Amino acid sequence: MTQPKRVLVACGTAIATSTVVAKAIEEGLAARGIPVITRQCKAAEVPALAKDFDLVVTTTPVPSDLGIPVIQTLAFLTGIGKDQVLDQIAEILRRSG
Amino acid sequence: MTESSAHSSAAIRKVTLSERLVILRMEASSAEEVIRELAARLEREGLVRPSFVEAVLERERTHPTGLPLAGDLHVAIPHADVVHVIAPALAIATLARPVIFRNMVNPEEMVPVSIVILMALDEPHSQIEMLQRLAAFFQEPQRVRQVYEAQTPEELIRAIDLLN
Repeated sequence: MTQPKRVLVACGTAIATSTVVAKAIEEGLAARGIPVITRQCKAAEVPALAKDFDLVVTTTPVPSDLGIPVIQTLAFLTGIGKDQVLDQIAEILRRSG
Repeated sequence: MTESSAHSSAAIRKVTLSERLVILRMEASSAEEVIRELAARLEREGLVRPSFVEAVLERERTHPTGLPLAGDLHVAIPHADVVHVIAPALAIATLARPVIFRNMVNPEEMVPVSIVILMALDEPHSQIEMLQRLAAFFQEPQRVRQVYEAQTPEELIRAIDLLN
């Protein structure tokens, strides 16, 4: 059994957009055969939490020196480029340890 | 007289979007003006606390909510922390002329916004279905256009189709 990958989903207040993004990532990655666990947080909490995750997906700017990949995107809200972003996330998670 | 806001907490879990929370073709010159007017409507209906409006404006300064969509009409979804909310609700304005919000993903970038959806959310996980419907709505430019062109609040509520 492979371990599910862990994705940290950030937005400004962790109440609205990250809820939508987390759900869309879980569904989109499940469809690509990659089980993921998501956790939502505020952008300001990302640096403290990042070490326990394989990837950060955020709608709002976060620091870039986290030691794990960061994808900043509105695709899960606007639909623009959604499939490409899901493919990109899948690719990053397949390569991560 | 407006209706009493003293519903029991069990009765108000559903997201409220009433005709009194819709403003059509608002003449506004700034994002702040739109947020203040929509927040005043929510407060009048007893759906948010008096602290809500400043919390939204402050959040907008640090974490803006402008969303450039695929069509030529763009939206913003200002909101605030759950502590300022009494019962979940949406207040929506279509604007006679766009006002500038900053882009959620890149605060340096200005987004001319034609539809503002002020969200008062108290328990995001129980409102996930509404939020997903909202995201699905953003992804269909012809529906966004339909909402923008609504002639009455009822027509807008029907077109945006976010509530069960």
